Amino acid sequence: MASGVREITYTEALNEALREEMRRDDSVIVFGEDVGVYGGVYKVTKGLLEEFGPERVLDTPISEAAIAGAAIGAALMGLRPVAEIMYVDFLTISMDMLITHAAKLRFMSGGQVKLPLVIRSQYSLGRAHGSQHSQFLAACFLQSPGIKVVLPGTPKDAKGLLKSAIRDDDPVLFIESGVLYRVKGPVPEEEYLTPIGKCDVKREGNDVTIVAVSRTVIEALKAAEELAEHGINAEVIDLMTIQPLDYDTIIKSVMKTNRLVIADDSVKTCGISSEVSAYVSEFAFDYLDAPIIRVNAPPLPVPFSPELERQYMVSADKIVNAVMRLLK
Amino acid sequence: MTVEVIKEVPVEKYRDLGLGDDLLKRMLRKMLEIRRFEEMIERLFLVEGKLLGPAHLYLGEEAVAVGVIEALRSDDVVVSTYRGHGHAIARGVSMEALMAELFGKITGTCKGLGGSMHAAISVKHNIPVATAIVGSGIPIACGVGLALKYRKENRIAAVFFGDGATNTGAFHEGVNLASVWKLPILFICENNFYALSVPHRKSFAGESIAARGASYGLKSYLVENGNDVMAVYIAASKAAEYVRSGNGPAFIECRTYRKKGHGVYDTAWYRPKEEVEFWIKNDPIDMFFEKLKRLGIISEGEFRSWDKEIASALEKAVKEAEQAPVMPFDEMWNYLYVSEGARYGEWR
Repeated sequence: MASGVREITYTEALNEALREEMRRDDSVIVFGEDVGVYGGVYKVTKGLLEEFGPERVLDTPISEAAIAGAAIGAALMGLRPVAEIMYVDFLTISMDMLITHAAKLRFMSGGQVKLPLVIRSQYSLGRAHGSQHSQFLAACFLQSPGIKVVLPGTPKDAKGLLKSAIRDDDPVLFIESGVLYRVKGPVPEEEYLTPIGKCDVKREGNDVTIVAVSRTVIEALKAAEELAEHGINAEVIDLMTIQPLDYDTIIKSVMKTNRLVIADDSVKTCGISSEVSAYVSEFAFDYLDAPIIRVNAPPLPVPFSPELERQYMVSADKIVNAVMRLLK
Repeated sequence: MTVEVIKEVPVEKYRDLGLGDDLLKRMLRKMLEIRRFEEMIERLFLVEGKLLGPAHLYLGEEAVAVGVIEALRSDDVVVSTYRGHGHAIARGVSMEALMAELFGKITGTCKGLGGSMHAAISVKHNIPVATAIVGSGIPIACGVGLALKYRKENRIAAVFFGDGATNTGAFHEGVNLASVWKLPILFICENNFYALSVPHRKSFAGESIAARGASYGLKSYLVENGNDVMAVYIAASKAAEYVRSGNGPAFIECRTYRKKGHGVYDTAWYRPKEEVEFWIKNDPIDMFFEKLKRLGIISEGEFRSWDKEIASALEKAVKEAEQAPVMPFDEMWNYLYVSEGARYGEWR
């Protein structure tokens, strides 16, 4: 391993990002349910209360609308709040604040205000949490321009993207993947930022482009390894930010590989992959040698039964099958 | 916490309050400006057909905005609503910019991107938000208060909302959070007794709106006649001082009435005639003018000359708004994000 890089978990990487940003800028404050004394239900905010004190790390009542609203108001006054909504499923309770206020206040005020806020949340698909604690829902926000939506798939990106999100002058919805919290990966010792609004080519290849995001990035990389054994060289693109979406990187890749598979945890109807697919069909149809394939969850609520959930989810096998179909 | 009732202030008591004539005259003048502005808007919609979309007029409620805002400092932060023209004028936002906003022109407060329901947004007047979703300003005000408290600023947040808002989840979440965190926020309910057509008595459980504030531990006031600008001013001054001294949030319910409907097209046919007549007789401007006249602070002639000044200013505002340009379409992308590069379909 290169010097200055160590293996840490996705959770630890997020915790480091928060600590570093809170140390460098006293306008960064953290609040949400159980983020203080308890350190966050998934330990992302562990130790922050001890280091930064109760004025900067605040436990809230179970009031998702008030949490998101307070983030908006604090950001309007120049703070950089990082508010936690424990599960993506609970974002729906704060949807008015996120979609109708955070995403629109700058626009509808004619640029008078800016909202440098971060809403952190996580989806627990893959952890047997049942229908009401596993929803992904990220694609919903594509109907709401004005709020950036960031989804890290590795510990390194989790840290670099969260630091960028905190420094960003626009509202950022930062969606973590619950199954990734304990996953370890290489993270540089020295400070770095990962840009928001840019895709990352995680693996280069010439035969097919696999676009993935968050948890499915890991699956796509596994699929690419398996495909390599069959002599198929896949390029894997991690979207990282789905709004605004970096279409350029995807189009450039499709111009090279002429084949596209998109894998994400949305249910198939109007998911993230639907938008990527539609965009490429509309603007780069001439470069495609085969139909685009979307690999998604079926339009069903997430089942509890761990075995059914496994079958429900996007996996490396499903991605491999899709690529094989394309290249047949 | 109990509710402190603030009664109408009889004219005999005015001199005991020790308020300067300038302040009293300014309050009357602002109320008149709001009244004439809103009457002009109504005309532009219903008679001249020059304006489109919703507009929620402040006609009849002028004493609340003016009484509260005069009790605040100019660096206090106001969170307004879709019925916000009155708050803006009371804060000194120019009628020209408000008018241009209603016409959707680039010279408007929000460059024409907001419209009537957000026209009150004017950061330089410390009104960073005016929301069109009932109750939603309350959680946002919590964040404003949190920032002011964290920065140890001696400023407070003041959030306006209607009686309808007190039945939303946002109200209960926000007022509770403000109290738990002891935030420097003044909550002002403009109780006009109707949530669009549904009367307060049919939609509200419990003793009173002010009592709801008190039940969350807020210092709470009930202004029985919210059309008496002096009663509103006294309640708001007491409440603002309480909040500014670091005691946590305070709450004021001001009972008032819309002269007209919920929106400009609503005739308010659902309200009993006797009720409407009672409140029309209790007009905030007529009442205050009579009192100031009795005290010799203003004459009939001066009041009429104000009216003329305001009328010609409004005429000019309308003419300028009509002539002003609309924002070029592509300029809208500049207001989506602070950062650049979010235009759709630009890759080629």
